[in-house]
Amino acid sequence: MRIIVCIKQVPDTKNVRLDPATNTLNREGVESILNPFDLYAVETALRLKDSFGGTVTALTMGPPQAESALREVVEYGVDEAALLSDRAFAGADTWATSYTLAQGVKKLGGFDLIVCGKQAVDGDTAQVGPGLAEQLGLPYVCFVRRLVEVDPQARRLVVERLMDDGWDVVETPLPALITVVKEINEPRVPSLRGKMKAKKIAVPVYGLKDLEADPNCVGLAGSPTQVVQVFAPQPRGTRVRLDGRPEEQAERLIEALKQDKVLTIGAE
Amino acid sequence: MDYFLTEDQLMIQDLARQIAEEKVMPVRAELDEKEEFPRELMKHFAEADLFRLNIPEAYDGMGLGGFEHALAVEQVSRVCCGVACTYAASGLGAYPLLLFGSEDQKKKYLPQIAGGTLAAFALTESTAGSDAGGIQTRAVLEGDEYVLNGTKQWITNAGEADIYSVIALTDPSRGPRGASFFIVEKGDPGFSFGKREKKMGIRCSATGELIFNNCRLPADRLISKEGMGFIIAMRTFDKSRPGVGAQAVGLAQGALEAAADYARTRIQFGHPIISFQAIQHMLADMAASVEAARALVYAVARYIDSGAKDVSKVSAMAKLFPSDVAMKVTTDAVQIFGGSGYMRDYPVEKMMRDAKILQIYEGTNQIQRNVIGQELHKEFGRRGRKK
Amino acid sequence: MSLFIDADLCTACGACVEVCPFGAVEIVGEAAQVNEKCNLCGACVEVCPVEAITIEKKEVKAADGYQGVWVFAEQRRGRLAGVSFELLGEGRRLADKLGVSLSAVLFGRQVREAAGHLFAYGADRVYLADDPSLDAFTDDLYGGLLTALIQERRPEIVLCGATSLGRSFFPKVANALNTGLTADCTGLDIREADRLLLQTRPAFGGNIMATILCPNRRPQMATVRPKVMRPGPCREGRTGELVEVEPSRPGLAPKTRFIEFVEDLSEKVHLAEADIIVAGGRGLGSAQGFDLLRELAELLGGAVGASRGAVDAEWISYAHQVGQTGKTVSPKLYIACGISGAVQHLVGMQSSDVIVAVNNDPNAPIFEVADYGLVGDLYEIIPAIISRLQR
Repeated sequence: MRIIVCIKQVPDTKNVRLDPATNTLNREGVESILNPFDLYAVETALRLKDSFGGTVTALTMGPPQAESALREVVEYGVDEAALLSDRAFAGADTWATSYTLAQGVKKLGGFDLIVCGKQAVDGDTAQVGPGLAEQLGLPYVCFVRRLVEVDPQARRLVVERLMDDGWDVVETPLPALITVVKEINEPRVPSLRGKMKAKKIAVPVYGLKDLEADPNCVGLAGSPTQVVQVFAPQPRGTRVRLDGRPEEQAERLIEALKQDKVLTIGAE
Repeated sequence: MDYFLTEDQLMIQDLARQIAEEKVMPVRAELDEKEEFPRELMKHFAEADLFRLNIPEAYDGMGLGGFEHALAVEQVSRVCCGVACTYAASGLGAYPLLLFGSEDQKKKYLPQIAGGTLAAFALTESTAGSDAGGIQTRAVLEGDEYVLNGTKQWITNAGEADIYSVIALTDPSRGPRGASFFIVEKGDPGFSFGKREKKMGIRCSATGELIFNNCRLPADRLISKEGMGFIIAMRTFDKSRPGVGAQAVGLAQGALEAAADYARTRIQFGHPIISFQAIQHMLADMAASVEAARALVYAVARYIDSGAKDVSKVSAMAKLFPSDVAMKVTTDAVQIFGGSGYMRDYPVEKMMRDAKILQIYEGTNQIQRNVIGQELHKEFGRRGRKK
Repeated sequence: MSLFIDADLCTACGACVEVCPFGAVEIVGEAAQVNEKCNLCGACVEVCPVEAITIEKKEVKAADGYQGVWVFAEQRRGRLAGVSFELLGEGRRLADKLGVSLSAVLFGRQVREAAGHLFAYGADRVYLADDPSLDAFTDDLYGGLLTALIQERRPEIVLCGATSLGRSFFPKVANALNTGLTADCTGLDIREADRLLLQTRPAFGGNIMATILCPNRRPQMATVRPKVMRPGPCREGRTGELVEVEPSRPGLAPKTRFIEFVEDLSEKVHLAEADIIVAGGRGLGSAQGFDLLRELAELLGGAVGASRGAVDAEWISYAHQVGQTGKTVSPKLYIACGISGAVQHLVGMQSSDVIVAVNNDPNAPIFEVADYGLVGDLYEIIPAIISRLQR
């Protein structure tokens, strides 16, 4: 099977803050990490390779430093990697990102399956996976929590899609795209041989011209949406401490919640 | 501090640390509590190629040395000594094959071990602890088979390993020259396992009896020649002792970090206790001794990897000193934690329990002192004669 | 659109460098210069004391001929999702501000009756495609049909709930229409000057709020976080225009096939729909702790949630995980028991109306965002709450 995994390098979001006084992003001490969901996508692809043979290729769109995320997934067993990078790609929203990745996929050639993580934890949109599928004209299933049946010969995949109240069992022909949630597997550990390969492997970089992409469809220029303002969220929490013995705490809490009108039982 | 590791060595250290923190840390307390063998973790170690380090490339290994192995053991031990022990013991079981195995034996077994099939080293018996010569397990050649009878005691990885390096008496009349090493596989006829021991520490490590009841082995399971047994054992220990030293260094480091971290956040008398001189002095002594132990282990491991011949004295030092350090440092760590240190909710009481075995197994520290003393006697005796 | 800094006017005072949230402005030599990180947010334009910075706006041509606010009314197995009413409430407010009509789009099988509710909650028009082929949700059919409908009718705004269903197929529609989509909005409004939809949503794990526009493409599309907007008043008997929609289109051949739905029977109330959530973390100490939380949740008619720590410890299944790599919830009441409040968890629940934290560590970060903090042993406090409620 030829599998493509789309990954993203993101800032370690727990440290990203907006200084409310100056409205500037505080970037100090913010590391770049592999998007947490993507490791599950990589593991999904690697397990399919273990079962059916083939290759796994990692693809990402980002600044030159995103190459380190590609090398990181090679440590886990990914065979090849490619970086889509160009100043023209900067400032892309999810539409322009989907377009650019689609051109990258076309550049990579034939494939049976594209696997993405459910969402990137900086944008939190979960839109690029289905967007990419649409740009490539592929059937897709989001939020896959389990691969039920994989039949590369019959070009057929059956998966469970996590919904809010259970899961749907859906069948799709191949080639297709899936996005995965954490429940799908537990990622393996990197290997020493993988780490050695990751150090040496050549990662081709494709820019606007290499992809023969339409400059009006990439980056800021190609983005239908734009950010017009960023601001710090309202700090929340009135931080009332309810002390005393457990019985007292319980009594005072229930009274307070009734007052706030969030508790309806026992409100008579 | 910079230990001037090569890029590859740093890579091994990083990977071992990553796996220790991501996979071992979350389960170490539970494994200890339930005395559960870390089978899943050993699978991860195998996936990560950590069993390949000191096996030659011709047998699917990475052709590195005892030093690289020690680096990995140290990182694992920092998180859990029991898991590190399980991992290191497989390396110990591989040494007789590595050092003295025939080409065929190496080709057959080393790739398996490199791929994560666990090994074990079996010498100890009820009559043979420090007195290795007291072994009674017999191996008798009958036609083209050896028949083993006897019981091995307190063997690490008993029942979990698939490949066992076992020393038995082939010729009781020849004393020290009468023992030989054999490769025994799980499933060999007449080979079974006895009870699993309940231990003070390293509780996730499987420790148990090996029972040989007319266990029949094809003659090609003999490692090297008859009578080479104790030489193989001594050479194995020369190589493996820094690994125990590395376990001790890692364990002590983990305890030091836990204690310093706790001291920083524990407020008494309006101050974090790390600001009190008494605590600082304890931490200072702990840190200095860990650094000294590490320096010794690294220096000796590198020296042994260089191919040096007479390494027994320094090898013994690399086990003796760090294990004593680990016992003291873990005990002091519990002390710094105070009452909390005594509670199983906190990680240090386990570390103290784990540390004790490092002063006992693979040659008690008393035996190590004997070894060093004898070597010094020889050394200075020689010098004396030269005058 | 582009940002232009007039080097002749620029005094290199650096005010723009400081105010830029993206680090996109630098002083090079004697004037400020903008680099590729610029997002055209305009903060620098406002702050420049010599008005050296301008943003050129392209003409808004694509807006021609697009009119009306649409909401996609999600239904699962014949029942309208709660978010559908929230969308109608918000959609009504936006439509009134714009002076346009509000329509609801409803796909399904034998869902005709639900159309009545949509009128009652504010829709002027309901586009109804009622057909066996639409019984179960597939991205192909729902997405393809909605795309065709939008192309035919040209609404200026289309909203959908940020549920699993909505987030799955809306991106397909937006991409097919070459238009912008903003995910998981917590605030919507109309910018009076140019009638554009202001879409506000959290980013960087909720550490930052961003307001987004889709100035040139139509429709402006957004998915809306459930339980944040308010449903409007219900006016029984209110009617509107029912438009029957042809359920198939030439070239609309579904490739994926729905096989079956497996309901999560472990809980009576699901996280996404819950008004009250009782959640547990590592502080519970064991899987049995969740039995206690379940008891409280049942008493309150709520759902059970969990932190990543509890899920990783295998005390409860992943479907209950709240947080950055789990679900985002917005209930009226969130009771966090034995949860320390790591940022990755807060991301998933800090938009709850009221947060109660129960933890024996007074320094746990969760108390920073809680409205009511109860320091103590949850195994004493929770039973006390239960027995008090039972009285």
